Amino acid sequence: MEIKDLLQDRREVILKKWFDVLLQTYPEETSRFLRKEKDPFSNPVGSAITEGISGIYQSILDGVDIKEVSPFLDRIIRIRAVQDFTPSQALGFLFLLKGVIRDVLLKEISKRGLDEELHTIESRIDDIALIAFDIYMQCREKLYDLRATELRNMTYRLLERANLTKDLGNGQEGVSD
Amino acid sequence: MAKAKTKTPKPEELAKIDYSPPEKHWTEVPVEFRPGTYCYGARPKYLEEVDMPNPREWQPYEDDWKLPENWKEIVLEGMEDRLNKYRTFRLFMDICVRCGACADKCHFFIGSGDPKNMPVLRAELVRSVYRKYFTTGGKLFGKKAGARELTMDVFKEWWYYFYQCTECRRCSVFCPYGIDTAEITIMGRELTNLLGCNTDWIAGPVANCYHKGNHLGLEPHTIQSNIEMMCDDIEEITGIRIEPTFNRKGAEILFVTPSGDLFGVPGVYTCMGYLMLFHELGLDYTWSTYASEGGNFGFFTSNEMARRLHYKIYAEAKRLGVKWILGGECGHMWRLIHQYLDTWWGPADFLEVPKSPITGTVFENAKSTKMVHVVEFTADLIRHGKLKLDPSRNDHLRVTFHDSCNTSRGMGFFEEPRYVIKNVCNHFYEMPENTIREKTFCCGSGSGLNASENMEIRMRGGFPRANAVRHVNQKYGVNMLANVCAIDRAALTTLMQYWVPDVEVCGVHELVGNALVMTGETERTMDLRLEELPGKEEEEEDV
Ligand code: SF4
Ligand code: SF4
Repeated sequence: MEIKDLLQDRREVILKKWFDVLLQTYPEETSRFLRKEKDPFSNPVGSAITEGISGIYQSILDGVDIKEVSPFLDRIIRIRAVQDFTPSQALGFLFLLKGVIRDVLLKEISKRGLDEELHTIESRIDDIALIAFDIYMQCREKLYDLRATELRNMTYRLLERANLTKDLGNGQEGVSD
Repeated sequence: MAKAKTKTPKPEELAKIDYSPPEKHWTEVPVEFRPGTYCYGARPKYLEEVDMPNPREWQPYEDDWKLPENWKEIVLEGMEDRLNKYRTFRLFMDICVRCGACADKCHFFIGSGDPKNMPVLRAELVRSVYRKYFTTGGKLFGKKAGARELTMDVFKEWWYYFYQCTECRRCSVFCPYGIDTAEITIMGRELTNLLGCNTDWIAGPVANCYHKGNHLGLEPHTIQSNIEMMCDDIEEITGIRIEPTFNRKGAEILFVTPSGDLFGVPGVYTCMGYLMLFHELGLDYTWSTYASEGGNFGFFTSNEMARRLHYKIYAEAKRLGVKWILGGECGHMWRLIHQYLDTWWGPADFLEVPKSPITGTVFENAKSTKMVHVVEFTADLIRHGKLKLDPSRNDHLRVTFHDSCNTSRGMGFFEEPRYVIKNVCNHFYEMPENTIREKTFCCGSGSGLNASENMEIRMRGGFPRANAVRHVNQKYGVNMLANVCAIDRAALTTLMQYWVPDVEVCGVHELVGNALVMTGETERTMDLRLEELPGKEEEEEDV
């Protein structure tokens, strides 16, 4: 039996544990809500996490394909990039999977002598973390980009006819609505 | 094998970070002003222009907010005043049973995961202080009775969370007691304003509006030339030259729209829709370059400021001698007209009850305010078969509709926009039921939070809305998010660019303008964005 089969067999247990430890990065009241509410529209964060980690997990089993794994990473990282997290906190959820896999499978892995394979799996997680870092940066850059575009959109006509108003463009001006 | 095992680093070593948040009671965690989560502090010039207290340079992330020495007294007195004046405020302070029904209904909580964004906790920020100073239990038992001292940290926490509530009222829909946390935020913001702690993004438009009549402080010639520029575009699209009038005395109708429609993208396309519609009808109406703003950021400052800024629309109607007022696609303008105007200024008796000159419909619902929503007006025209429409000109669009918080929960306006959209578009798809109509999710940028420096907060708060849009985008290929609010048009555009970049944003009257068959027009090859209409020629037959 390969480690892939083990991971496949115990998929549900591992995903559930991963979901749980990921939720622990949120305050208790929040993680309770994220776990409990099943409607994907009332609980979009919870449902994005569920969807995301399941796709990422599959990619770890199959071997990492950047195209395939990116949308799933994006699902979670786009959210965490705007929540109250430092970059390492935002992306740390990926490394949590290592602990979960060991928790669930370590005994069996040693028993079957699959440590080398475990190592492969763990380095796949590292590879994914690198992709995740790029996605995180793209999200952050997008935020800065949006700030600039929005101000331009808001005053589009005026900028077209430059010099019609004073005081524009220092990013602090009252151009609301 | 055993070798490999020792080589593999433990996961804890890979990331030596404690991912769990600190386990402290919420009352003991002071707020941290991280960039992206707050708006800049109001500049003194804006406060001075409207006689607001304590004008000075300050920023929320600074330790010293430069408050007057007796700040605490001012706030507590302000609170007492308002508890006596507004029955709802006192009631909402007293009657919450902490059932939690509202807790997970706020888009800011859902998107941020920050428990203090639960409406019940947001209210508790003030309620705890209320208990301490205004209830016997709180005075006697203090912390045990859920009471807490008003300290500088508490005041800063108020500020952080009251400028992180869009006053959208979604929570109130779910509260068995009808507690409206938006009202508590409104009171909270009033109290911060007693110490000169408004945001710059709100205070600027307030000052500009007071002096020039609109948020950006546009002067009459600028407004006029902007509208004329739209007429140039309309001429290019339809071959028809429209000549709107400005400040014309004796017109039957005064038209007022948020100024975002006059100079912002995509608001200008909505405005082109209005211009085309009114021209086609031959409506006897005028623009005003003074009442040139439907929005009212006074409402996000204090009741008194809202009242003060609001009246210009009516003063202008009086000056021009019009019979009634037609209002554009705006959100909070309508909440104010619908829920506040009569209390502030009484019925507008110098105007006539609005009657559509085209269909003869009398708008009984506007009997007191004399102001009709343009979507209502257009729905009535369509209902009476007064418009020639070619919805296939919107066939390149697959449209969904976002109910703005203010028009939906503030005035029960659900059917008219949908009716209009379905008549001017062939492809319309609803978002899931628990995200529309009275349960609509806010854009995350209302109530003056549509600044750019607080982008993270806006993206968090807008996520539940964006998530529902993403769903119809994936399921039905929706590529256009229609709405009837100027803040939405600007804010949802940004929101979509972050979360669902395939989807664009428009006002309902942009869709009307696309579909409207105008007398004497040349064949349309472009939509109102001056973009080519795909495959128009072949489809013409089917209509
Ligand atoms: S009014 Fe809206 S933003 Fe404010 S607490 Fe309620 S749901 Fe949240
Ligand atoms: S739903 Fe109403 S009563 Fe229940 S916790 Fe929220 S505000 Fe209080």
